[in-house]
Parts: sequence; C-alpha cells; structure tokens
Amino acid sequence: MIKAILVFNNHGKPRLSKFYTYITEEMQQQIIKETFHLVSKRDDNVCNFLEGGSLIGGADYKLIYRHYATLYFVFCVDSSESELGILDLIQVFVETLDKCFENVCELDLIFHVDKVHYILNELVMGGMVLETNMTEIFTRIDEQNKLERQEAGLAAAPARAVSAVKNMNMNLSQQIKDIKLPDLPQAIKDLKF
Amino acid sequence: MALKKVKGNLERIFDKNLTDLVRGLRNNKDNESKYIAQCIEEIKVELRQDNAAVKANAVTKLAYLQMVGYDISWAGFNVIEVMSSPKFTHKRIGYLAASQSFHADLEMLMLTTNMIRKDLSSQNQYEAGVALSALSCFVSPDLARDLSNDIMTLLSSTKPYLRKKGVLMLYKIFLKYPDALRPAFPRLKEKLEDPDPGVQSAAVNVICELARKNPKNYLSLAPVFFKLMTTSTNNWMLIKIIKLFGALTPLEPRLGKKLIEPLTNLIHSTSAMSLLYECINTVIAVLISISTGMPNHNASIELCVQKLRILIEDSDQNLKYLGLLAMSKILTTHPKSVQTHKDLIMRCLDDKDESIRLRALDLLYGMVGKKNLMEIVKKLMVHMEKAEGTTYRDELLTKIIQICSQNNYQHITNFEWYISVLVELSRVEGLSHGSMVASQMLDVAVRVHAIRPFAVEQMSLLLENPYAIFGMALGSARPPSMIQVLYAAAWICGEYCTFLSNPKKTLLGMLDSRMVQLPHNIQSVYLQNCLKVLAHLLPSQSKGPPATANLLTNGTEEGESEDLPDQNAKENEDSAVEPEKINLAEIQEYLKPFISSEELEVQERAGCLNNFIKCYVKLESKGQVDDFGELSKELANAFSSELNPVASKAQKKVPVPEGLDLDAWINDPPSDSEEETTETTDVFVKTHTAADFGSNLTEKKKVPELSEEELGKMREARKQEQNLNPHYLKSSSKPTNSKLVNWSDDIPPVEKLDLSVPLQIPTLASSDKYLQESKQKSSKSKKEKSSSGKKKKKKKTKGKESEEEEEDVEIEAETVHVVNTVIEMPEGATLSDTEESALAFDDPHRALDIDLDIPLDPPPEVAKTKASRKSDPNYIKKSKEKPKEVEVTNSETHEEVVVEPSVNSIKKTKSSDSKNKSHKKHKKHGKKEKKSKQSDANDDNLLIEME
Repeated sequence: MIKAILVFNNHGKPRLSKFYTYITEEMQQQIIKETFHLVSKRDDNVCNFLEGGSLIGGADYKLIYRHYATLYFVFCVDSSESELGILDLIQVFVETLDKCFENVCELDLIFHVDKVHYILNELVMGGMVLETNMTEIFTRIDEQNKLERQEAGLAAAPARAVSAVKNMNMNLSQQIKDIKLPDLPQAIKDLKF
Repeated sequence: MALKKVKGNLERIFDKNLTDLVRGLRNNKDNESKYIAQCIEEIKVELRQDNAAVKANAVTKLAYLQMVGYDISWAGFNVIEVMSSPKFTHKRIGYLAASQSFHADLEMLMLTTNMIRKDLSSQNQYEAGVALSALSCFVSPDLARDLSNDIMTLLSSTKPYLRKKGVLMLYKIFLKYPDALRPAFPRLKEKLEDPDPGVQSAAVNVICELARKNPKNYLSLAPVFFKLMTTSTNNWMLIKIIKLFGALTPLEPRLGKKLIEPLTNLIHSTSAMSLLYECINTVIAVLISISTGMPNHNASIELCVQKLRILIEDSDQNLKYLGLLAMSKILTTHPKSVQTHKDLIMRCLDDKDESIRLRALDLLYGMVGKKNLMEIVKKLMVHMEKAEGTTYRDELLTKIIQICSQNNYQHITNFEWYISVLVELSRVEGLSHGSMVASQMLDVAVRVHAIRPFAVEQMSLLLENPYAIFGMALGSARPPSMIQVLYAAAWICGEYCTFLSNPKKTLLGMLDSRMVQLPHNIQSVYLQNCLKVLAHLLPSQSKGPPATANLLTNGTEEGESEDLPDQNAKENEDSAVEPEKINLAEIQEYLKPFISSEELEVQERAGCLNNFIKCYVKLESKGQVDDFGELSKELANAFSSELNPVASKAQKKVPVPEGLDLDAWINDPPSDSEEETTETTDVFVKTHTAADFGSNLTEKKKVPELSEEELGKMREARKQEQNLNPHYLKSSSKPTNSKLVNWSDDIPPVEKLDLSVPLQIPTLASSDKYLQESKQKSSKSKKEKSSSGKKKKKKKTKGKESEEEEEDVEIEAETVHVVNTVIEMPEGATLSDTEESALAFDDPHRALDIDLDIPLDPPPEVAKTKASRKSDPNYIKKSKEKPKEVEVTNSETHEEVVVEPSVNSIKKTKSSDSKNKSHKKHKKHGKKEKKSKQSDANDDNLLIEME
C-alpha cells in the first residue's frame, strides 16, 4: 500500500500532497516538513530509499523518492510494495505529467494542482496502484479532458478569454478586479420582467 | 434562463480563479496568512451564491489551501454540493476536494450515500471513476456497508476501467466492513481471470493485500496464482504474485518446493531488476521455510547469493541497498553463504551513502566471530570518530553493543577489552544512548564475576575524574546522555566496593560538591552507593584503637577477593595495613549541598546518610564500642547478599496464581445483566458456608489446565529460581549450588587471572591494547603451543568454576571470562521469547481473518436487504440501527481472532453460546481441527492442480 505521495520543491514548498489515510492538516504539514528535511540533505548519487519517516507509519514504511530538477517526488509505502517497482511508478507519473503538460516544469504543478491530482488518480487509487501502462493512463486522462471541454463549450468562452488576458498581464487583471463596477448582475436582474 | 447563464458567466470573469490565488500567494509572501484570510472570506462569499460554476471555482481554491495546510472542513457541505453537480467538470472538483479533506469519522458522509450510489451507476464511466477514486480515500464503515452491493455490480460492468476501479475499491470496503468479504470473495476470485490485464492486476493487488495479513486463508488460491505466474508477462503483476508467494510459503512448505524451479528460471531469464530482486526475495523465503529435504537447495542459495553480489557490486546505489537488504535475510538461516562475501560487506561499510552503511551494519552481526570481533569493533570505533551526524553515530554505537552482546556475549573472549570499549564509547561526544552503555556495564559487571575487580577499577576512575572525561558539559543545562554512564559506575563501585583500591577517594569523588549538577537520578544512586561504601569501611574501624576511632582503615589486598562477611573478620585483624584516614565530619560537610537539593529523592537519601553518620558518631562518642560495632556490622550485612540478574521480561511472566481471576469483578458494578444480580442476591439469601463458596468459585473459574510438559517446565524453573535465590533455604547436602559458598572457593584462580593482566593502569585502559594483545597471543600460540602456561591454567580453572557453577555454560578454549547465563525468572515462567499477537489490536485486518474455503450458506443477506431497501420507506432509520448490531457482535467475539462471516445464522448461535465459554472453547477447537483437515485436503488438490 502507498500511504502518501508528496511532491515538493528544493525549498520544501509543497506542490502536491496526497494522503491515503486520514491525517490532520497540521500533521500533514509536519510530515511534509520532516520528509523534506530527510530527503533534501541527501546527495543525488545516493540510493533512493529511506527509512525512518517516524511521523508516517513506522518501521514497516519506507520513503522512496526521486529528484527531478527542482522537484522531489516522494512516495511513502509499506513493505508490500516493491521498492524498484515504486521507483518505476514515479518515473511513469513524471513521464505522464510531461506528456500532459508538454514539457512539464514546476510552474505547471504550481498552477494546476487540480490537474496533477486528476492525473495521479489514474495511476493510484486509494493507495493501490491502479494502472502502470502509460498509453492507457493517457487515454483516460485525455477522454476526461475532452468531456470537460465539451461541457464548457461556449459558456466558458468569456471566462477563458479573461483568464487569457490575466495570463498576459497579471497587473491588468488586478486592475480590472479593483475597478468598482456597478453591480452588473443586479442591474440585469432589474431588467427582468 | 439564458440571461441567468450570462449573468453567471459575467460574475465568473471577475472572480479569482486558482491561478490568481496562487499568484497572489506568491506576491504576498510576507503577509501570507493575511492574504489567505482575505481569500477565504472571498471564497465564503462565492460559496453562498447560486451559480454552480462559482461554487466549483471556490472549492478548487479550497482544495489548494488544504494542501498548503489550512483546515477546510468547515466547507464540507459546499463540497458535497459541488460533488452533486450534474456537470462532470464540477463533480470532479467536488470529489477532489472531498478526497483531500473528508475522512471516515465525518458525520456528514451520511449525506453522500445516495449521491455516490447514483454516480456509481452513472452512464458516464468517468463519473463513476471519479466517485470511486474519492470514495477510496474517505470510505466509512457505514458507506462501505451501504455501497458494497453497488461496488459489486461494478465488477460485472462491461467497461474494464470500472471493473478495475471496482476491484480496488473492494479492498477498502473490506477494511471498513469485514462482513462484505465472504460474499464478495468468489467474484473477486473470478476477476483473477478477467480478460483485461488491468483488472487482473488489480485483483491480484487486492488479494495480495488481504493475504499479507492473513495468509492462511488464501492458500487455496495458490494454483491460480501459480498459473498466472507462469503465463503472465506483466512485471507489475508478477512482482505482486511473487511477493504473495513469499508470504504463503511459510505456511505450506510443499508450495515452496514447487516454486523453486519457476522462480529460478525467472531469475535466469528476466532483465527487469525489480522482478529479479523479488524473485530472489521469495526464493529466500522458500528456502527459509524448507530448510531441509531439498536436493539442490544449496545450489539455489548459491544462485541467490551470487545474484545479490552482482546487485551489491552494481554502481546503482539502489541495487546495492536492496542487495544488502536481501543478504540480511539469508544471513539468518545460511550465515555461511553470506560470510564468504565478507569482503564485499566490509567494503560497503565505507560507502559514502549512509543508508548503505546502515544496511551493511545490519549484516555485520553475522560476520563476527571470536577471532575478528575486536578488529571489527575497532573499525566501527574509527568510523564513529569520522562520522558526522549523530544518528549514524548512535546507530554505530547500538550496533557495537549489539554485536558484542549477542547470544550472551558469545563472541567476547576478553571482558576487560569489552569494558574498556564501553568506557571509550562513553567518552565519545554527542551520542544519545548513554543509558544503553550504562546498562551494558551493569550487565557485564553483574553477570561476569571475574570481571568485577577490573570493572570496579575502571568505574572508580570514571567516578573520580568525571570532569576530565565528560568535560565541562557536566554542568550544562542539558547534560549529555553519556553522563548516564556515571549511574552504572556508581552502582558498580558501590555494589562491589570490596574491590575498590581506594574507597575513600572514590567516596569523596562521589560527594564532590560539583556533583550537585548531575541529573537527579544519578545523584540518588551516588548517595545510595556512598552508603554502601561507607558500610564497607566502617566495620574495620570498630575494633581499631580508640585514638583512631574517627579514622577509617581499609585493606586493599583482602578487599579484592573476599566476600563481605568473611572479609570483615579478616580485615579487622589486619586493620593496621595501609591505613587511610577518613573523617566522618568531613563527609557530613560534603553532604550538605545534597541535603539541600531541590529533588526529593536526592534530599531524602542525603538526609538518611547524614542521620546515619550522626547516629554512628553519637554512639561512638559515648564509647559504646560494642553497640556501634554491631551497628556497622549489621549495616555491612545489609548489603552483603549477592544481587542476581533478573530477566527483563520476568515481571510480565509472573503467572497468575491459581484461583485468581483477573477478569472477575472485585466489587460488582452497580447495575449489570440480570444474571449477575440474581447471583449476588443468592449469596445474601442463602448465606453460603465458606466451603460452599469456595467450591462455587472453583467451578466458575476456569483454572487453566496445564499439560504434563508445562508442569515440568514450571518445576524446572522453580528449581532454578530456588537455586539462585539467596534467601531461599536450601538443603545443605548440595553445597555446590550455593553461590556464596562456592564463590570463595573460586577465588584463587581469579586472583591468578588478574595477575596475568597488569592491573595497575595509570589511566583508563584502552581497548586497542587488547586488540594488539590478542594478535600477539594468536601469533605466539601458533609458534609455540606450550608457551602459554598461564593461559592454560586459566582455562582449567575457568572450566572448573563454570562446571561447578552452571553446567549449561559452554566453555570455549580461548574464553577468559564466563558469563552467567542464568537469569531469574518468576516461578512457572518459560524462557521462550514468543510474543504472539501478529496483528496489532487496532489493525483492521484482524477482522478480515475469515476462512474463505468454508462454503457460504444461505443467500447472502446483503442482497436481500438491498431489495427490501428500495421498497422500504424507513430505510434510513434501518441503516442507523444496523451499526449497533455490528457493535454488539463485535464485542462478543472480542477475544477471538477469528471473526465469523456475516451469515446471520452463525452469528445467532454464537451469541447464544457465548455465555457458556467452556463449551465455546471446545467448539472452537473442534472447528479448528476441521479447518486444518479441510485445508490439508485442499492443499493436496492444489498441488495436484499445479502439477
């Protein structure tokens, strides 16, 4: 069983956290902090297994991690998982991210945590490995994205336009937000008969 | 309508979306909490609006905040609202937030049951998929019970995606609602042969998880798995299956024999390291379970070790790590095969990777023997000096102690060396296992009689120069853990003070005013042992000339070898030898800071000691020589008896005396079941006679019936205890059993031994000396065997001693010291270390220990309830009632590990039976027998099938 999946950057900022058993938010942060502490002090050329995540699980649990550029991908698993298997799984996860985001970088994870979660959900479910075949995973994700686009359709066009503007210039969007517009919906409501 | 839509979209444009939130957070690094508080206010406003899209957007942001560490449980209802949205996009957001923030204890989950059920049967497989993913994170017992049938229907879905998720979901259902396992199991088994490899793999996954905790119930599946293993090419699944076999083989050795060949083939053929590694692991497990009767048994071990060597030699640190890990498993059963690769393992000790060094350390204990122990420990000590990071140092320390103390110090030939290693360890800075070193010192001093003089000498040096050894850290606010060594030192010096070369110096060292800075527990021990030393010193003074009444004398030579009572007499005669003077008033002066200690224990002991001295001085000044002579002798006698080692688990193993029922109430609780109340009234009305009452008691209590074997063991243990107990009156016909008598007989040889090693060491002994010594010795003995006359003598006398003392101690040719392996145990206790309880009490898998081979009778109850639910308007009420029932049955079957399946008929008979415990026991026993027979039959089938 996988107990938790954590992604954080070189400074310990969490980019994704998924706990498959209930742990309070406060504890979650502590675990992330401790795990970062354990992982970050290790050289890149040492092995990728770690014991002693005392906050998570205990003796039966291991931390298995990989370090990609600015991000650490850490899986906390018990002894029923194969260590090398999990390393492969991390690789599959990252490759899938790469495929979905087209050259994934930390920023993608920062701004699209939700999407990362959806991708992860196609790999692991409730702490058990769901699928390891990349093409299968990608098909599932793609089909769900299609569904989402269909639903959005025309109705989402304005929102998309605005977010495009926002992306172009953040300050501008801030200004838009700051301008006190008349309560437009209310006005429209008044027009209603 | 259209207008409403437009309105919603316009609103949306200006709301912050997730990207804005993240950006905002990055721009407000300095006042993050303020910014987030503001965001949460905005989110609250958004959640109050009617528009689903706005709400969904708000929930997305909440999910992000949850990751950053904010509690979002207050928005639970809104999350559920978004989950129930008809749009997939929103639903997905809702379920994501739910999976991140919901948990099984949430009462709100009740509201989700019907919604999730609807989603599970949705036409859109992804809606069901999203619901399943989230449900797997927060499923509660109620949800599991209510939805188990819906999950079951998913198993026969036409879409492999849903079948796959459904199968995985089942495991979570079982964990929360064990009753579902029986009826669902046949379906789960079918899925092992599902046409879709993903579903197959999921089923294997689930069964592996189930079998890991309760393997015996899944033995009958072995043929299916065996077939899968030989046909499948999916490495993921193969790994799982092979791991599962590793768990099954200990229960069925015949299975192991069958496995060896295909596994060996896989080892030879596979290119995937992960698979290779798991194969090796399982082969090891198989070989452990069938240690004999294999024709090519050694060949397989060799193959494994060979492959592991390749892994360890690989440049990939991961493979190296795993190779060492697997090696340690082989080590337990085939130490010889591993020992041939000693060079490799020793090399790993120098690896730059700490994890690898730690694994190599694990292997070390199998590598040591009498010959190389000193060398290996030396190497570890050097490592300790070089190592940065205290955790690794601590690990080294524990390993050193572990390899030295294993099997009752089996590999230690010279305890003087070991004591000096311990002393050296206590001087290493920054270690946190001081109490461990201290307990080792105590253990060795108590159990190895011959080492006491040396130990006392070393310890007194520690006591006299604590500052030189521990530096100024002594007085710091948080003293180093190693200071605990002083605890052991004080105790050893006090207990064996007859061996002290200069008791006065030690005494004054312990009473040094700076010692008030020590941790309180150490101070207490100091004071207590001052009393011991004083008690040892005073008698010698009693017969001295009146002029020197205030002076204490002491005889070093006699003190080393004599037991206290005898020694007193002798010493009194030779009191003139090397007189050393000590002033009691001086000691009283020294005690003052301790008397005013803020710690109660210290204060009390110091006060006690002080008053004793006062009393003594008073008697002495009155000239009542006889009185205070007696007093000092009495005092000395108080500490004279030998303290024997007591097994660490002795307390736990004290058997419950016959006739004592720990579960019985001492006072009946105020109101209980009717039965009990009638009973108590009975007692009052009939007024039983004592005999009557007694017989009643014995009837009620189930006195554990002891088998002949157990009784024998108890007798033996009792005998042993009687022998060791100094207060137990023994028949005088067997004086050899009494230690006190025997000890004095053994003295001369010990003295000779001491002479063989120079005792007068100016400072602390260094362990290196012994290493060199042993090297010299071995080279010498090679050259001329007869030269070591002294040593031979030692051997002989040692042999004699141990033969007389304990016959079960094996005498090794080179052993210098003998360890007392007899430890005190309570009457009737066995020495076995079998602590069962394989599964922790709160482990959900306990409830999943269900024999799945027993045919399932009547149609599963669950199916019925589902049908009735649809028509039943009171359905919710019903579901509320149900958990109660579950609870009751659980409490009834509490003691048993085997929880019966959901079939109601069995449950009912059980609860009616449960009062008659003995009957139940009997029944259980019979069932077990039946079960084992059945499984035997099954296994035979299984093996035939596999062929």
